[in-house]
Amino acid sequence: MSTVLEVRDVAKSFGGVHAVRGVSFEVREGEILGLIGPNGSGKSTLFNCILGQLTPTRGDVLVDGRSVTGLRPSELNRLGMSRTFQLLQVFPQLSVRENLILAGQEHEGSRFGRLFGPRDAGLSGNAERMIEFFRLGHLANEKAGGLSYGQQKLLDCAMAFMAGPRLVLLDEPAGGVNLTMLANLKERLQAINKETGATFVVIEHNMEFVMSLCSRILVLAEGAIIAEGPPDTIRKDPKVIEAYLGH
Amino acid sequence: MSKLGSLKLPLLILAIVLLVLLPADLTGMGLPWPGLKRYGIYILSLWLVTAIAAMGVNLIVGYAGQETLAQAAFLGIGAFTTALLTKAGIPFFLAFLASGVLAFIVGVLLGFPALRVQKQYLAFVTLAFSVFAWLVIRNEDWLTGGVSGMAVDRPVILGLSFKPALTFYWFTLAVTALLTFAMWWLLASPWGRAFTALRENPIRAESLGIDVRDYTLLAFAIGSGYGGFAGALYAPLVEFIDPAPFALAPSLLYLLMVVVGGAGSFIGPFIGAGVAVLLPEWLRFAEDYYLVIYAAMVIALMAFCPTGIVGLIERLLTPRRRPHADDKGPALSEAKP
Repeated sequence: MSTVLEVRDVAKSFGGVHAVRGVSFEVREGEILGLIGPNGSGKSTLFNCILGQLTPTRGDVLVDGRSVTGLRPSELNRLGMSRTFQLLQVFPQLSVRENLILAGQEHEGSRFGRLFGPRDAGLSGNAERMIEFFRLGHLANEKAGGLSYGQQKLLDCAMAFMAGPRLVLLDEPAGGVNLTMLANLKERLQAINKETGATFVVIEHNMEFVMSLCSRILVLAEGAIIAEGPPDTIRKDPKVIEAYLGH
Repeated sequence: MSKLGSLKLPLLILAIVLLVLLPADLTGMGLPWPGLKRYGIYILSLWLVTAIAAMGVNLIVGYAGQETLAQAAFLGIGAFTTALLTKAGIPFFLAFLASGVLAFIVGVLLGFPALRVQKQYLAFVTLAFSVFAWLVIRNEDWLTGGVSGMAVDRPVILGLSFKPALTFYWFTLAVTALLTFAMWWLLASPWGRAFTALRENPIRAESLGIDVRDYTLLAFAIGSGYGGFAGALYAPLVEFIDPAPFALAPSLLYLLMVVVGGAGSFIGPFIGAGVAVLLPEWLRFAEDYYLVIYAAMVIALMAFCPTGIVGLIERLLTPRRRPHADDKGPALSEAKP
């Protein structure tokens, strides 16, 4: 399997605070990689460096062997990289369907073509499929702001997949989601991974969720990788237990 | 759909018919309506022109979530462009287009550096531009006539004179309808969705491939272009232009119109412009206290209904919907891959 994402010695400092200290890893095509670590270990900062929200203090991010460091998030998205955020990020005034169309429209034709083309950018069909896939059908015309937290979380995930990305970075997809919904969220993510071959990197605090979803786990503590391996190895790693699991 | 939503099309048709017929003398058709006098027709025309400028501000403020304190300056660019070009013998149609396009270009040039900062910083940049543009209009006598102003003729298009107040009103109405349709088309397109996204959550919008910088610049420049078009109609409407209507205070008034009407509502600018243009007429009895009354009304509206008059109407017409247990959709536990 080829390498989709390569992070080379990425570091990020905020003044005197070193949030990420020279992290390097690779993600292979079709893989579901977990990224865990205690609060403040630099996971989200690392995500933001990879996806252009932050510029790394040093290091390089490569997608398919090409450096993408310094590109803006919108440019990275158009290269097939997508994400969700730790805190919910849907557009409350738009309907569920409109949120999904919005999430895919910049990938359809040219900007001026979209102005004079179909109002839905030709994405209604895709949006309906995504709505069905995430079991949001009865809410398609509801404003996203009126949905429950869990439903918004599903919509947030669905939006990340709308443009058919190759690489998806999910920042705490299970946060605040109840147990029943969690099992199904995992099932949905695994189904997409299997169907589309998309590669995932998942930040998660829920150990059961991340251990059962991911084939490989990276553990971050104080801005550096302290362990890497399959879930069973990570569970038993004394450094991880000391830094994160706490027992 | 709310009551207001289902009535949209019939209300629109009724409004157009009323606007076409309102100023006209219908007694010849056997109807007991003598039409409006010259001043009444002028006020209606001014309302339409003001609404065009306010539509531009609404795009920038209400949809794209930015600020502008320079719409009157863009009106000035449009007004003087049309005045100067028509004086030079250029047909009105071309002068009108040039006014909108020039305001658009100035909007791009101003917005490009300013939008790196956005929001309140953009407000300061547009404020500075507003003062700069007004000073140019006031001090460059050789070009604009300075404080003495400049007379402007009403257009003659294809041999048809638009000098009479009623004919010019219908012309203004037609242009307003065209620009309103163009705005509706823009907002209903994927561009409109992108504008809304950058107002609601620019960080998420950017992560979905929406180039926030480009779209913000487009919204600002198109909104400014609408100011240019409004100015191109304003000049022949008043037939004499001087620096006063293009100063900072009128720019603030355009912003206020959008907020009072309902920022981010399509019809809001028409209502806000209506209040701004018609209220002084209704409050004539109050003379100097007009602005005090106006300010008090705005404060009351913002305190009790920050979504403006449109928000107030929608609130009154839409039945309260309370969350109900049955509203919940099927649990995800029922989902199957």
